[in-house]
Amino acid sequence: MNSEELQQIAEAVRLEHEKYDYEINVCMGAGCLAQHSDKFKDALAKEVESSGKRCHVRSAGCLGLCAAGPLALVDPIEVRYGHLRESDAKEVIASLGGKPVERLEMHLENYFQGQQHVVLENCGRIDPEKIEEYISRGGYEALLKALTEMDPQGVIDQIAKSGLRGRGGGGYPTGLKWGTVAKAVGSPKYVICNGDEGDPGAFMDRSVLEGDPQRVIEGMVIAAYAVGATKGYIYVRAEYPLAVSRFSASLREARRHGFLGANICGTPLLFDIEIRLGAGAFVCGEETALIASIEGKRGTPRTRPPYPAVSGLWNCPTLINNVETFANVAPILRNGAEWFAGMGTAHSKGTKVFALTGKITNTGLVEIPMGMPLREIIFSIGGGVPDGHKFKAVQTGGPSGGCLPEEHLDLNISYDALIGAGSMMGSGGMIVMDDTSCMVNVARFFVEFCMTESCGKCIPCRAGTAQMFGLLSKICNGEASHQDLDLLIDLCDVVKNTSLCGLGQTAPNPVLSTLRYFRDEYLEHIDHHRCPAGVCACNARTPKAELAEVTV
Amino acid sequence: MSASVDVKTLVIDGVDVSARQDQTVLDVARENNIFIPTLCHLEGLSEVGACRLCLVEIKGSPKLFPACVLKVEEGMEVITHSERLLHYRQTILELLFAERNHVCAVCVANGNCELQTIAQSQRLTHVRLPYRNPKLPVDLSHERFAADHNRCILCTRCVRVCAEIEGAHVWDVMGRGIDSMVITDLNDPWGSSSCTRCGKCVQVCPTGALFDKSKVGVSHPKSPEFLPYLNLMREEQ
Ligand SMILES: Cc1cc2nc3c(=O)[nH]c(=O)nc-3n(C[C@H](O)[C@H](O)[C@H](O)COP(=O)(O)O)c2cc1C
Ligand code: FES
Repeated sequence: MNSEELQQIAEAVRLEHEKYDYEINVCMGAGCLAQHSDKFKDALAKEVESSGKRCHVRSAGCLGLCAAGPLALVDPIEVRYGHLRESDAKEVIASLGGKPVERLEMHLENYFQGQQHVVLENCGRIDPEKIEEYISRGGYEALLKALTEMDPQGVIDQIAKSGLRGRGGGGYPTGLKWGTVAKAVGSPKYVICNGDEGDPGAFMDRSVLEGDPQRVIEGMVIAAYAVGATKGYIYVRAEYPLAVSRFSASLREARRHGFLGANICGTPLLFDIEIRLGAGAFVCGEETALIASIEGKRGTPRTRPPYPAVSGLWNCPTLINNVETFANVAPILRNGAEWFAGMGTAHSKGTKVFALTGKITNTGLVEIPMGMPLREIIFSIGGGVPDGHKFKAVQTGGPSGGCLPEEHLDLNISYDALIGAGSMMGSGGMIVMDDTSCMVNVARFFVEFCMTESCGKCIPCRAGTAQMFGLLSKICNGEASHQDLDLLIDLCDVVKNTSLCGLGQTAPNPVLSTLRYFRDEYLEHIDHHRCPAGVCACNARTPKAELAEVTV
Repeated sequence: MSASVDVKTLVIDGVDVSARQDQTVLDVARENNIFIPTLCHLEGLSEVGACRLCLVEIKGSPKLFPACVLKVEEGMEVITHSERLLHYRQTILELLFAERNHVCAVCVANGNCELQTIAQSQRLTHVRLPYRNPKLPVDLSHERFAADHNRCILCTRCVRVCAEIEGAHVWDVMGRGIDSMVITDLNDPWGSSSCTRCGKCVQVCPTGALFDKSKVGVSHPKSPEFLPYLNLMREEQ
């Protein structure tokens, strides 16, 4: 494959598009499919045929607003429809050329205003299983540029200059990591893509894998060239069957076009990718556990150093990055490091995809430039808290993160600002809570998650989270004393500072952050046996209720 | 081998010590009679860094490091004993005592138990946490040995000695988190497993979890010191 051939493919796609006046992109992501978007698409295709309109119906990836699915986007008029049913197909097709169907149309100016799509630029715009459509939107230009115009160090320099940091949670500078692997002695070298995505409420990586898989493959091949790897793995959780099937279809397509295998793009580069399925353990997203799992061992983390960059898969130098990290690579090389570094804050560059969920009007995927205030994401893009309820907290960073209250809503999203406020960027889950959520109960939920997902290897995480869960349950039930609270705080300190891996080290964060901002709710449970939000069943234990029991 | 390239000098608890560059802080501390508590570590087995009792402080870092896997570095200043470390070690021991069932008075290993000894060394006088007391099985199916899971602290010494020294890999870990259990084969009874009856796991078990049936009611000392000796003899062959 050379650049003329790439252009020929793009040109062919363009000519094909010219045959149509309209293109309707129907979301075939897991969320919309679950609401039978495939049936709607089939009905649409039938209608097109019988109506004779020059319209193309495309199976596309995630369109963002997952809760309003099934979704469709009509090009070029940029009309978006939601909550589509099979029976709506006729009306949608009939409206083409006239006024959009008012009943189905979604008015989402605020939702898109302020968003900036880099990772999601193709999501919902292309058929993820057609490599030609990816190529027609600039796909594989970056790989070709890297292979023909740049040496491996040049690629690493560009990534470093862009300021890209790992999107899997830790925020480690990607260029620095690539440089370490490139310099590490030992062969073969491996590239691993972390698609385990275990945070509750997170689905960014799934949407990218389902909606634009070639982008991840291109990023991985560029990484392989930069660090000198010959073999790649993508570790995807088995709960993502659609992502797995799309990705494996995409691997075949990429091989067929010479982007994987021997002599990639006619150069000496040799690299191929294999898929490994995770069996649903959250801890297998931790890099050393993930590597153990690929090796066929029990998925437990090990102490670092040595870091995977020096000794990873089968003790060989291994580059491991998140799906979204790889998805940023091609645009950086295509548009230049300066372009990327032009977005975001001083130390957090580019954009970040968030999965906006919870008590929020617009549930779905959003991609925003780093540095955007939380308030804008929640109240402008997200449309605020529905049903007249009051905003209470936003949870970021998954089970490792924390809950931030109203007074932190003007915080500009960046790795460091979130940590400073007691939360974390994490992989991009963002759960909004309103006045119907009890913050003690929320902390208990996340600690329970960490308790059941702890691998059991080190004592503080294994037994500490279980004891923390017991104490939190006691508080929720209105049975705890101040000594229990002190003990809980003490355990948080021990588990945080003595656990072996990130799971245990961050498991206390939801407790610590809710204690920092919502201590009064803890005290209400303890002193007055009352749950202010009315969630916990401790009301039954109020002295009055006890009295009633006695008199009966 | 010239000594100058190989030797590192560091400070442990204010004492200047020298070490080979491949040594861990734990090795060097022990050589210099500085006591650091350990449970999962056992000389002769691979390290897992799991019990977290050996955590030490390094001057200039807010993080704690497990001495058993921490390689020495030139100029490193290690602190193995502080109020903070003592508190963490005591709490970890409390977590262990509360996790299953460690009532010393009725345990075969009473007086010969590493958990008991370390708790004493760390001046642990009481446990603040509620005892979980799960009802776990006692496997008596083996003709010579028994496994009382209520006494197990999941140090995985049995797993490692069986796989790394005996080469049988009969023991492994099942389940996760607080439900983790050591098992023989695919959770078969020990007596009908592929156990070679060598007894190494019993000797390395720090508590009364794995024991010799013939020792019940009498003193049951264990002798894990055979491991370094065995490894040495094998290397020489
Ligand atoms: C308990 C735990 C779970 C993790 N889960 C994920 C995950 O699901 N996906 C991911 O990309 N990284 C996850 N990570 C982070 C990885 O260990 C690793 O840092 C990351 O894959 C590196 O890629 P990056 O530099 O591109 O972020 C997890 C870490 C921990 C401690
Ligand atoms: S001896 Fe180091 S962690 Fe157990």
